[in-house]
Amino acid sequence: MLLSPRFLRSVLKTVATIAVTFIGLLFITFIIGRVMPIDPALSVVGDKASEEIYQAARKAMGLDQPLYVQFFYYISDVFRGDLGTSLLTARPVAEDIIRVFPATLELATIATIFGIIFGVPMGVVAAVNKGRWPDQVVRVLGLFGYSMPVFWLGLIGLLVFYGVLGWVGGPGRLDIFFEDVVPNITGVILIDSLIAGDFEIFGNALSHIILPAAVLGYYSIAYISRMTRSFMLEQLSQEYITTARVKGISEFQVIWRHALGNVMVPLITVIALSYAQLLEGSVLTETVFAWPGLGFYITAGLLSADMNAVLGGTLVVGGVFVGLNLLSDLLYRLVDPRAR
Amino acid sequence: MTADTLNPAKAGLRAWLTTDTPASRGHARMVQAYLGWLSLTRNPLALLGLAILVVLIAVSALAPWIAPHDPLAQELTNRLQPPGSPGHLFGTDELGRDILSRIIHGASITLYIVTLVAVTAPVVGLVIGTLAGYIGGWTDTVLMRLTDIFLAFPRLVLALAFVAALGPGIENAVLAIAITSWPPYARLARAETLTVRHQDYISAIRLQGASATRIIAGHVMPLCLSSVIVRVTLDMAGIILTAAGLGFLGLGAQPPIPEWGAMISSGRKFLLDQWWVATMPGLAIFIVSLGFNLLGDGLRDILDPRSGQ
Repeated sequence: MLLSPRFLRSVLKTVATIAVTFIGLLFITFIIGRVMPIDPALSVVGDKASEEIYQAARKAMGLDQPLYVQFFYYISDVFRGDLGTSLLTARPVAEDIIRVFPATLELATIATIFGIIFGVPMGVVAAVNKGRWPDQVVRVLGLFGYSMPVFWLGLIGLLVFYGVLGWVGGPGRLDIFFEDVVPNITGVILIDSLIAGDFEIFGNALSHIILPAAVLGYYSIAYISRMTRSFMLEQLSQEYITTARVKGISEFQVIWRHALGNVMVPLITVIALSYAQLLEGSVLTETVFAWPGLGFYITAGLLSADMNAVLGGTLVVGGVFVGLNLLSDLLYRLVDPRAR
Repeated sequence: MTADTLNPAKAGLRAWLTTDTPASRGHARMVQAYLGWLSLTRNPLALLGLAILVVLIAVSALAPWIAPHDPLAQELTNRLQPPGSPGHLFGTDELGRDILSRIIHGASITLYIVTLVAVTAPVVGLVIGTLAGYIGGWTDTVLMRLTDIFLAFPRLVLALAFVAALGPGIENAVLAIAITSWPPYARLARAETLTVRHQDYISAIRLQGASATRIIAGHVMPLCLSSVIVRVTLDMAGIILTAAGLGFLGLGAQPPIPEWGAMISSGRKFLLDQWWVATMPGLAIFIVSLGFNLLGDGLRDILDPRSGQ
C-alpha cells in the first residue's frame, strides 16, 4: 500500500524535522544579522541624522526590544514573505529574489542535466572496468573536478571558448540587443523564448548558458560518477547479477538494465543533493559569468554591505537546500518499496 | 634488497618494524605506521599527492630565499609582461609585480589558512560528536539538531554571510570557514562513538571508576581519530577552494597580500589579453588541492578500508 499509516507517520516526522531545521536557519541568519558591526538603524538614517531621528528609527525597526522579541518579529516577518528592503535596489528583497531566482534555476538545471548525462555512464563504465584504465580515467577526471576552483575554470573557459575560439556567447544570459525582447513569463529564457516561438533568441540563450552550465556541471559530473560507480560495484557483486548472466542475458542488458535499474533509486538522492550543491557553486560561477541569478545577487549585496539582501539570499538558499533534501527523501521512500 | 643483506642494522630495523609480536604499545604503533607507509608507497597517486604537499610546505618555508623578487615590489615600467620574459618566469601582473614570487609567497598564506581551519573545526566537531554519541538522550538530540542546521546551509554561502557580518580579512575568513566546516566531523565522530560506546572495554574502564570526561577524551576520541584524519585530508581541498573563493570575491585576504584567489580576481580584468595573470595562481590552487585530494584518497584506503570502494 502506498500510503500506509507507517509511511505517513515517517513523512510527518521528516516534515517536523525540516520545520525545526528551518527555524534554526532563521536563528542563524538572525544571529549573523546581529553580529554585524554596522548598526542597521544608522545605515537607514545616515550618520548626519539627529539623535531623535536615530532613536525613532531604532524604535520603528524594533531594535529597542529585547533580542527574543526581535527574533519573534523576524520569524513572523519571514513567514509573511517580508525579508526587508534591499539598500542596493531599494525594492523588497523577496521581490528581488523572485526576479533573479529563475536564472539560477535555469543554470543549475542545465548543469545537473550535464551531470546526469555524463556522470551516470562514466560511473557505470568505471565500475564495470574496476581497476583498469577506464576506471582510472574516470577517477582522475573526478579528482580534477573536486580540485579545480570553479571560478577559475569558468575564467579559463571564457578565455578559450569565448575569447579565443568564439564558440559560445560571452557573459550574461543573452546578447545585449536580445535583452527584454521576449515577454517574461517563467523567467527562464530558454522556456520563454520557446513560448514566444523566437528560435533566434533561444539559440542565443543556449550559446550563453552552455559554458557556465558545463563549468558548474563538471562538479556534479565528478560527484555523480563517483557515487554511481560505488553503487554499481555494490550491485554487480549481488547474486541476481550472476543469475542473470547464467540465464544467458547479454552483458549489456545485465549492466545497463538490471544493475543500473537498481542503482537508480539511491541515485535520485545523489542527484538531488548535487542539485542543491550547485546552488553553492552558482555563487561563484554567476559572478564570473555576470549571470543575473541568486548568487550574483548575494555577492553584489555583499560588496555593497546590503545585509538584507545577503541574509535574504542566504536564507532562500538554505531553504531550497532543505527543501531539496526533503524532496529527495520523499522520492526515495516513494520509489523504494523497502523504505516505506 | 641487496642493501638489506649488506646492512644488518637496517634489516634488523625492518624486522623490528614488521614484527607480529610488538613488545610495547609504542612499538605496536610504529609497526602500524610502518605498514601504513608501505601501503601508501604502493599507491603512486597518493605518493604524488604527498610530494605536492611536501613541496608546498618547503616552498612556503623557504619563500624569502627562493622567490626571485619581492612579491610586493611594483615595477610599473614592466607591467603585464608575458611568461618567459627576462627575470619573470610566470610574467608580471598589472603593477609589474613578479607573479612567480607572488605565488611562492602565497603558498604560506594558503598553508596558514588550511592549518588554522584544520586545527579548529575537527576538534570542535570531535568534541560535539563524541559528547552527543556518548551521553545520548537530550544532549544528543540537541547537538545533532544543531549540526543538521549548520549542514543545511551550503558551506560557501554561510561563510559568505559570516564574512559579510564580521568584515573581510584572512582571520575572519578562517573563522567563517571553521564555523561552517565542523558539522561533518561531528556527524562522523558521533557515528564512531555509537559503535564503541557499548563495547566491553569501555564498560571495563567505567567499572574501574573512570569519569565520563576521561572515557571520552582518553578512550573514545582516539578511536574516532583515524576516520577524522582521513576526512580532514579530503576536506583540505574544499577548504582551500572555499578560502580561494572568498579571496576571489574580495572577502578574504586584502591587497596587496598575494593570496591566490585574490590574484585571480585581479587578473580577471585582463583575462582576454593577458591570460597569465589569472591563470597562474589558479594552477597553483588546482595543484595544491589536487595534492590533498590524492593523498586523502590514498589515506582513506589505508586507514579506513571500509569506505574505500
